[in-house]
Amino acid sequence: MTWKEYFTSSIGKKLVMAFTGLFLILFLIVHATINGMIFFDDNGEMFNYYAHFFSHNWIIRIMEVGLFVGLILHAVQGLMLTFQNQSKRPVKYAVNPGNATSKWYSRSMGILGSLLLIFLIIHLRHFWIGTKASLYITGEEHNLFEEMKIVFSELWVVVFYSVGVISLCWHLIHGFKSAFQSIGINSPKYNGMIQTVGIAYSLIICFAFLMMPVALHLGWIQ
Amino acid sequence: MEHTTINLKLKVWRQKNAQDSGRFENYDAKDISTEMSFLEMFDVLNERLINEGQDPIAFDHDCREGICGMCSMHINGRAHGPWQGTTTCQLHMRAFKDGETITVEPWRAKAFPVLKDLTVDRSAFDRIQQAGGYVSVNTGNAQDGNALPIDKDKADASFAAAACIGCGACVAACKNSSAMLFTSAKVSQYALLPQGQPERTTRVLNMVAQMDKEGFGACTNTGACEAECPKEISISNIARLNREYLSAQLSL
Repeated sequence: MTWKEYFTSSIGKKLVMAFTGLFLILFLIVHATINGMIFFDDNGEMFNYYAHFFSHNWIIRIMEVGLFVGLILHAVQGLMLTFQNQSKRPVKYAVNPGNATSKWYSRSMGILGSLLLIFLIIHLRHFWIGTKASLYITGEEHNLFEEMKIVFSELWVVVFYSVGVISLCWHLIHGFKSAFQSIGINSPKYNGMIQTVGIAYSLIICFAFLMMPVALHLGWIQ
Repeated sequence: MEHTTINLKLKVWRQKNAQDSGRFENYDAKDISTEMSFLEMFDVLNERLINEGQDPIAFDHDCREGICGMCSMHINGRAHGPWQGTTTCQLHMRAFKDGETITVEPWRAKAFPVLKDLTVDRSAFDRIQQAGGYVSVNTGNAQDGNALPIDKDKADASFAAAACIGCGACVAACKNSSAMLFTSAKVSQYALLPQGQPERTTRVLNMVAQMDKEGFGACTNTGACEAECPKEISISNIARLNREYLSAQLSL
């Protein structure tokens, strides 16, 4: 079997989802750690230092290209899978089992993912574009912490980010353990660990992200 | 157990043939014994329909002992009805309340076209099986019991996978109409045993290729198949299928 046949098969497509998903899961740890530095409450000094390092270090900038490739693959493949899978049942059931046989968030990965995609476009517009513009166009030092304070001073932005982060949490709770299943790891030896780490990871990451706009909006951090 | 009779309202999918668009029709099922199986309730109803000169409701059934995999029916939104680990023929009417309305639909999937009423064409499963779900080595006479040493855990896991009766409840229950649980059970039962080793890589590649060709969806790991399977086949078999497929592709 050729590699093309492998990656266009139903199992190969899910493997792409699993590996890109795990890659994005790793990225979120870095993202949450760096951004969590605003909680040192030192007027963003430490946060800006690392933000500067991450936007100027050439290894990180190459990895950033990989991150975008992974993100686009995950989003495009996810949307294509959702539409392809929907076409496999042309006549729907009149009565559905609801939550009796599966979790609502497991069935809603396409919708949760689409919400995240919309969130990401606005999120990149808020922070990523400004950083890149100062790096390549104006050449000025970009104070990302100040920008965060300005962006999160608006209530609708805080509400919008909260919806985005809560969607992310449900997406991760299913995605984390689903990724291991797709790779083929399902054994009594690991299942408990995957389940616990997955839920703990999802809750910690999302709580950290949720607190950032809230804390800045309410002035808990100056 | 106390013997009682109940009256039920049935909302059954009627479809003349594969080309017909189909619709629901309402029937009254009166004086149904709670000791009857769901299929026996349909027998009583069909007998009445025949006596009245109407077309009886077509449904699949064979052994009525829960082992052949012929019966299907999506009952009140659940494949094989509300009981866990049960085929429709083993579902008894005591699962329902007097006066209840029961909605009965055929399996819904692009790969399982409706032939008539509640009967669907599941030959897609046969073609997946024919693509690799067999051992083609000439095994000769039955060997001495202990001639082939097999790890107890593996023998048990293989046996549990081989319990699949190919009824299609996994496809019916899956939001993507995916046949991964069926295919994974058929691949697993051989992958775990020494007799399955010679064709281990070609088997998984061919069976998955056939599965995709038949028009089944991809797996989203919701676990609905495992919850509805009358033989309680575990989705750990799907993980094994993913593993087998990857290692078959990676093999030189």
